[in-house]
Amino acid sequence: MPGPLARLLLGGLFLLFVLFLYGPTFTITILSFQGPDGGLTFPMNGVSLHWFARLFQPQAVGDLGASMTRTLTLAAMVTASTVVISLAAGMAFRRRFRGSGVLFALTIASLIVPSILVSLGIGLMFNMMEWEPAWYSSAFGAQLTWTLPFGLLIMFAVFNRFDRSWEEAARDMGATPWQSFWHVVLPIIAPSVVGIALFGFTLSFDEFARTLLTAGSGNTLPLEILGMTTTVTTPVLYALGTVSTAVSFLVIGGAILGVRLLRKKKGF
Amino acid sequence: MRADVELIGVTKRYGAAVAVDGISLAIPPASYCCLLGPSGCGKTSTLRMIAGHESISDGDILLAGRNVTNLPPAARGTAMMFQSYALFPHLTALENIAFGLRMRGMGKAERLARAAEFLRLVQLEKMADRLPTQLSGGQQQRVALARALITSPKVLLLDEPLSALDPFLRTQMREELKRLQRELGITFIHVTHGQEEAMALSDIAVVMDQGRIAQAAPPREIFEKPASAFVARFIGGHNVLELPQGRFAVRTDRTRLAPAPAGGGPHLSGHVTAVEYQGSAVRVVVQARDGQTAEALLPDSLFHASPVAPGEAATLGWEAQEAHPLPRDAA
Repeated sequence: MPGPLARLLLGGLFLLFVLFLYGPTFTITILSFQGPDGGLTFPMNGVSLHWFARLFQPQAVGDLGASMTRTLTLAAMVTASTVVISLAAGMAFRRRFRGSGVLFALTIASLIVPSILVSLGIGLMFNMMEWEPAWYSSAFGAQLTWTLPFGLLIMFAVFNRFDRSWEEAARDMGATPWQSFWHVVLPIIAPSVVGIALFGFTLSFDEFARTLLTAGSGNTLPLEILGMTTTVTTPVLYALGTVSTAVSFLVIGGAILGVRLLRKKKGF
Repeated sequence: MRADVELIGVTKRYGAAVAVDGISLAIPPASYCCLLGPSGCGKTSTLRMIAGHESISDGDILLAGRNVTNLPPAARGTAMMFQSYALFPHLTALENIAFGLRMRGMGKAERLARAAEFLRLVQLEKMADRLPTQLSGGQQQRVALARALITSPKVLLLDEPLSALDPFLRTQMREELKRLQRELGITFIHVTHGQEEAMALSDIAVVMDQGRIAQAAPPREIFEKPASAFVARFIGGHNVLELPQGRFAVRTDRTRLAPAPAGGGPHLSGHVTAVEYQGSAVRVVVQARDGQTAEALLPDSLFHASPVAPGEAATLGWEAQEAHPLPRDAA
């Protein structure tokens, strides 16, 4: 048990942490309900949903609806690819194969290389090959350089604790390798797979640096917001912040609910 | 009579290390066989090779006269019970037991009904819908046992099945394993490092040391005529003595405290180094003048009639026919 002074300091530190984490979000959420005549700062000039309505109307600058659609589609693509590829790679890495160490180092290296350089590199390459960069091609690839190593690392942690005798038992009872994967391995690691999906989604949803130079002409939501902060001076920005925070919470809540249901049904 | 399980020159190498060194063994039908030995003696590798979970570097394995050396586990007619039980954590007790039938494509209603029968066999019918984490260690083991038996194996392989249980449960489960083996009339091969367990269960006990079979025989024969000093020491209850006539194993319960260094019978003189009270018996350890130690397991009444204390001079004696000669060469 720490002493009273230490406890006070630790408590203060935690309070600061919470304030920094949630303070801005709360402020933006409150300000997004600003009245039609209100501005970007306090005081509140009435309370309304005006700016949320404005959010879905054509803007003078920026196209939020289209960029939101792009971001969600891209996040879905990234999530699906991350889950499938890291699951397969995680299974493969359970055995030592020739060059597995080098392959692993190469994969992890893309977490260390500065994001903006990855973005720049991919953008340049598309330019040199005279391909049109777009959110669904170059930006998709750029985001995968970020999510795949994360997914693989999670799979490593999962399989470190995975008891091989489960698969041997399945094999002993006549399961083919595919049956053993489908009926034994996958259900046991399902919660972690949901975790990887969540990770992939959130990493992609607010990805900025790697997308910056690879998105081409169609902006993703984070890029659109950056553009708007310099030109838009209404609380529409805050409404947008509130909506995207809500989307994130919905996705996370949905995933938690999904795991719960899975547990109840399958009985983890 | 044709053997149920036959090993012919079976060898397992891991790189340069030899885990199992050309062992040959024939296990008669419907017998309880224990593979016994210290850790690293190759007993578990042998079991896993019979199961098909470990490839065989050299030699052949025959089950009921059929060469299964290169067959996958499920095609061998064996079933394995794993040391950790390896119950699937996402399936209930009943679904765990039905798993083998499910893999064979049996319909749901039919396989669950069959699984319920096997749950009854291990007296867990009330636990059908429990998950493995909601079962005690003993119950998990019964589920694992039922799961292995439902595929009607000709040979059941058990990897240290009792090691995770507390002593009381262990004795109880031991009886149950033996009963099941007798009732089912199939061969059980049971890996253990406990000599007491092997003695209690085996029709044939196989003592292994450094990848080789030191002795394979009924437990009584192993206890009464150990083939080497290693076997005598490992099985316990023996003094291994270097005497002028050669090397001998003498059972500690046949060793007595002689009243005085009388001539005549074989004996070992020295002083008492330890006295341990064990209830029905008292263990007296004596260090001889030449440095050898030996012990006598005395019935308590005999000890209390003329007790000794550590430090006192004492002589151990035994009947000449109780000394079982051992080969010189092996350790």
